[in-house]
Amino acid sequence: MAIREEQAQHVAELAKLSFSEDELKQFTDQLGEIIDMVETLEEVDTTDVALTSNVNDEINVIRQDQPTNGTDRQELMKNAPESENGFIKVPSIIENKEGGA
Amino acid sequence: MTKIYGKTLEELHTLLVSKEITVVELIQETFAHLKEIEPEIDSFITLNEEKALEMARAIDEKGVSEENILAGLPIGIKDNIVTKDLLTTAASKMLYNFEPIYDATVMEKVHQSDMIPVGKLNMDEFAMGGSTENSYFKTTKNAWDTSKVPGGSSGGSAAAVASGQIPLALGTDTGGSIRQPAAFNGIVGMKPTYGRVSRFGLIAFGSSLDQIGPLTRTVKDNALALNAISGYDAKDGTSSGQAVPDFTNNLEKSMEGMKIALPKEYLDKGVDDEIKDAVLKAADTFRSLGATVEEVSLPHSKYGVAAYYIIASSEASSNLQRFDGIRYGYRSENVASLEDVYVNSRSEGFGDEVKRRIMLGTFSLSAGYFDAFFKKAAQVRTLIRQDFKKVFADYDLIIGPTTPTVAFGLGEEIDDPVTMYTNDVLTIPVNLAGLPGMSLPCGFSNNLPIGLQLIGDRFAEETMYQAAYSFEQATEFHNKKPEIFERSK
Repeated sequence: MAIREEQAQHVAELAKLSFSEDELKQFTDQLGEIIDMVETLEEVDTTDVALTSNVNDEINVIRQDQPTNGTDRQELMKNAPESENGFIKVPSIIENKEGGA
Repeated sequence: MTKIYGKTLEELHTLLVSKEITVVELIQETFAHLKEIEPEIDSFITLNEEKALEMARAIDEKGVSEENILAGLPIGIKDNIVTKDLLTTAASKMLYNFEPIYDATVMEKVHQSDMIPVGKLNMDEFAMGGSTENSYFKTTKNAWDTSKVPGGSSGGSAAAVASGQIPLALGTDTGGSIRQPAAFNGIVGMKPTYGRVSRFGLIAFGSSLDQIGPLTRTVKDNALALNAISGYDAKDGTSSGQAVPDFTNNLEKSMEGMKIALPKEYLDKGVDDEIKDAVLKAADTFRSLGATVEEVSLPHSKYGVAAYYIIASSEASSNLQRFDGIRYGYRSENVASLEDVYVNSRSEGFGDEVKRRIMLGTFSLSAGYFDAFFKKAAQVRTLIRQDFKKVFADYDLIIGPTTPTVAFGLGEEIDDPVTMYTNDVLTIPVNLAGLPGMSLPCGFSNNLPIGLQLIGDRFAEETMYQAAYSFEQATEFHNKKPEIFERSK
């Protein structure tokens, strides 16, 4: 199945990635080759075959509902690119009319 | 002072217990050797020298007891395992500055055993790749020939052990990322049963496939290391409550009566003749040790690569959504809006291979393609598991090659993702089925090592170590060392 550049562009938007024109062409070609490879699965008869999404025997692993200490906020902020007064800073979304709300 | 270079974990332990060397001396000498070799191999992203010496001093103070077999011994950690206050990058620009505020469960176990982490090892970015050429920081070289790849994604771990920089490293294996580099570097690499080792604190790639495991120069060292890192962990919902035996228990046990299967598909076209020969000779060695070896079939194994790349990429596309430039890691400066923070940080922070897999995963899970891709792959995964189940109803162990070829040249396959992916054809089915898989040296081709793959039933690591140890004792492959190792001895 060939994949078109418009489709690759749509997938990139879903994945929050952007590509230059040249990159998009390269990624589209490579994705097409990979998709050709994975399409060999069509040869396999999977009628009535159940899905395997994990190989665990455990079902519904649930922890006790007991309160525990959270992570120290200052520690968490150590890795944040930008923060102020214990909050993470991001560009304003309201001024750019993206926030809605 | 007694030279420590090239000694096994057990030999080093004996030296520490008898006080022939102190832990501080051991760690100092480790760093001295490591730094001598590092410029040629490029296996470390971050060294942990100051803290390692601090730990060594503390262990010397309390003393190394005879029972605490791994105390004071150096260990290298693949850089996708989070280490408190020690840079953890997953070899990505996205995490170039990330200092975790907690330890992965395996690191807690490393500390409980008093092992000393000497540094963080290079890898393919986010463990995606089979050559360690996808790292943002450096390209690691094969210990046997620096013009060849070390394999991947745990290439730094394997090359560091094979070149003699360290006796033990932790790697991770999603589709062969411990076994393939172990094979390419002529060492022992174990991917335990899914659930055997906690994944808490492992930067997730394909969550239903990832597993942490040890890389060492000998089978016994490997079993000792797996003893230390295995066990149930409440912090990992996929962790198993299965009891953890002492994996060294059966090492001396005879192979008499063991039933070994050799899948005909594992010696199919595409596998180099010299590798086939080495594996057939290994089968004869097992026969001479008292085991029976018979041909079997794993008919769906050839579809493993296709199923894997859909499943692993789908899981990766979901796992990697967390890298958005907001809370940690790289944030693009070229932003005017919140959307720009997401898109530009991800587009500038991820390398090409990671982007390819995110794209494939997002595509496979997107409306209109889910049934044809993800659902189909998950069904084929069921058939692959059933194939193994049938074989393990009659056999104790499966053997085959780890890789279709020996280590290939640096730069040779990096622009051809499909060829690179199909290299993993022999290791991937094991991850899809959640089984334990191991590679150990079984021959050479043009002075490059060949790996023998052992595959066990779920939680049958003891049987695998038994067979691997018997094979190791009966052969000389593990005694041959790369020139860089012999040179520094």
